Amino acid sequence: MRDYLTFLFRVWRLSWQGSVKYYAWMTALTVLVLVGLHAWARQFVDGLEVTGMTNQVSWGAYIANFTFLVGVAAAAVMLVIPAYVYRKEHMHAVVIFGELLAIAVIVMCLLFVMVDLGRPDRFHHMIPPFGVFNFPSSILSWDVIVLNGYLLLNLHIAGYLLYCRYRGRQPTRRFYIPFVFLSIAWAVSIHTVTAFLYVGLAGRSYWHHPLVPARFLASAFVAGPALMILAFQIIHRTTKYFIGAQPITTLRMIMTVAMIINMFLLFSELFTEFYSPTQHAAAAHYLYFGLHGHQGLVPWIWTAMGLDAIGLVLLITPAGRRMLWLNVACVTCFVGIWIEKGMGLIIPGFVPSPLGQIVEYLPTRNETLVCLGIWALGALMFTWMLRVAIPIMNGSLRANPELVTITKST
Amino acid sequence: MNNDPQNVASPKTIEQVYRPITRRTFLKGAAASMVGVAGLMAALKPLLELESGSVTLDELLQRHYRELKPEDLQRILASLAARAEQEYGVRPNLRDVKPMAGVEFGYALNLSRCIGCRKCAHACLAENNQSRDDEDDIEMSYIRVLELNQGAINLETSTAYFDPETVPQPDKYYMPVQCQQCRESPCTKVCPVQATWQEADGIVVVDYNWCIGCRYCMAACPYDARRFNYKKPTLKPEQINPNQSYLSNRIRPKGVVEKCTFCLHRTREGKYPACLEVCPTGARVFGNLLDPNSEINYILNHKRVYILKEDVGTQPRFYYFFDK
Repeated sequence: MRDYLTFLFRVWRLSWQGSVKYYAWMTALTVLVLVGLHAWARQFVDGLEVTGMTNQVSWGAYIANFTFLVGVAAAAVMLVIPAYVYRKEHMHAVVIFGELLAIAVIVMCLLFVMVDLGRPDRFHHMIPPFGVFNFPSSILSWDVIVLNGYLLLNLHIAGYLLYCRYRGRQPTRRFYIPFVFLSIAWAVSIHTVTAFLYVGLAGRSYWHHPLVPARFLASAFVAGPALMILAFQIIHRTTKYFIGAQPITTLRMIMTVAMIINMFLLFSELFTEFYSPTQHAAAAHYLYFGLHGHQGLVPWIWTAMGLDAIGLVLLITPAGRRMLWLNVACVTCFVGIWIEKGMGLIIPGFVPSPLGQIVEYLPTRNETLVCLGIWALGALMFTWMLRVAIPIMNGSLRANPELVTITKST
Repeated sequence: MNNDPQNVASPKTIEQVYRPITRRTFLKGAAASMVGVAGLMAALKPLLELESGSVTLDELLQRHYRELKPEDLQRILASLAARAEQEYGVRPNLRDVKPMAGVEFGYALNLSRCIGCRKCAHACLAENNQSRDDEDDIEMSYIRVLELNQGAINLETSTAYFDPETVPQPDKYYMPVQCQQCRESPCTKVCPVQATWQEADGIVVVDYNWCIGCRYCMAACPYDARRFNYKKPTLKPEQINPNQSYLSNRIRPKGVVEKCTFCLHRTREGKYPACLEVCPTGARVFGNLLDPNSEINYILNHKRVYILKEDVGTQPRFYYFFDK
């Protein structure tokens, strides 16, 4: 116990040590978090009126970001599978970063749900025994379970492995291997359940579509690895931690395959909607071409399509093997999927309304600031976790520094 | 975890990790903490504008409506009434009206008669204490009257925002839509906290003191029948109907979902819903589906009946019918 407190104290001290750049980055993020918190406090006092949402479009940017981020969190599994199932040695050097990223992103997801609630003060109504939990009927109650479960799994796995390394102990396999395999299935479940939130609603034909969960997973396995490829290079350059080309090559391969599948599923969806357009294609029509003169989402979705297409071309041609072009592909894929899976999926579910009325939606300034604050908080958490994890990983933070020679030889 | 030789940095000594705190670092740290705390206070400043009593301990501890003991419910009704008087200037007669035994309500609407005057939508507002910014603001009304083109029942080309000099317009017909009180109600199925449910008489209600405002029910509803209080309801004293009940028309708090309850504070006491009473053409028929001699059963057995969005499997208790 005392050792653990010492550990926490060292972590605390370590968090405050860093270069000027580190301080500048963390300060900037903190400012953004506070700006977001301010916007949220305004929303808490005035109500969701300060957002762009209406009775017709009752979910907006918050739920869009939530949906996208669940996918990014789930994609950590794409590091875990090669490392633990296929026993790729080189992935073990980076798998911990995937788990830490998942932790930060799941916290963002939970915050995006919290800020979307009209009565955050009644959050405990979802937690038995204080509340009435509508399980298993409500898919949202499933989502609460799987998201929190995934958060706990990753906290346990990453925390246990890091602490063992800090103590210079060999981790006991039975304390983490079962959880690692559980987390693989669990990662798939968080994104499947989130997709079922929408697919389960028969009244919204744009969502009531069996391809949606499959596309969710495919696009998640593009956006997640894209973010990780970028993060790995930043880690490699700014810290004393070596990440070779191999993990990036593996991730690039996963991204390429997932992007091809994603685009194929998208093509199938477009064909179904537009070859024999029924009344149910009205939402897709609104998204891609506008409906009755309302075109709010048209520029967005075509930007996303363009970014996706650039990403796909860069990935499947030899250009993707050059680091620069791969990075461009990562950025275009990440942004493209953020648009199509966020605004492009959520908003057309409400436009036109079930009674055929068109009410368009645009996030307000206040709403955007809240979103920005949560993104900044995610980046802040991830940076901080790396700040602590990397010295543990490369051995500069040890419980007993004098014993390090012994640890090294074992 | 691997032990890549390239990743072994020299460990820091205890002295390096425990760098002694000098006067200089202490002052720097203290100054940074001050700035941080000041920033946090500034960020949270809007919370000072919270009205007193908007989050009370009593409300935080309140149980779900169906778990309340009668004496607790009475206490809650009294406190809600007192607060409504304090905030809106009218003391409501706030009761809890229970379902009648042997009753399942059904509603039918004659599409051949409806002229699209929207009197029902306005009567709904007058009865149910919804928020409104001015007299013409019927956004929160539980009834949306659609104007459809003759020749088809096509919602996609309908409009709820029609505004001609007179109604009915030639080549148009009108379809008021409100909660269909579905037997297979998607809204109650998806609510994560069971804040909305079907009562014994088939009416789908919301416990406004239990709803967490996630709006999943609104996404699930195929009839656009639910409204959300994006802000604290704005109501003038003269607009308030003081005859109120807990599960229907009492003034809602901010941040919760509300919907048509077939005016249960009226209908459970043998009166008609407000929208039926005001209808100038007699297009609306309301009654007990379990009573074989009721007017509603006569309609269902003798007229051509149309169910809105029958394909989504909701099995409404609301029916549309035609004269001929």
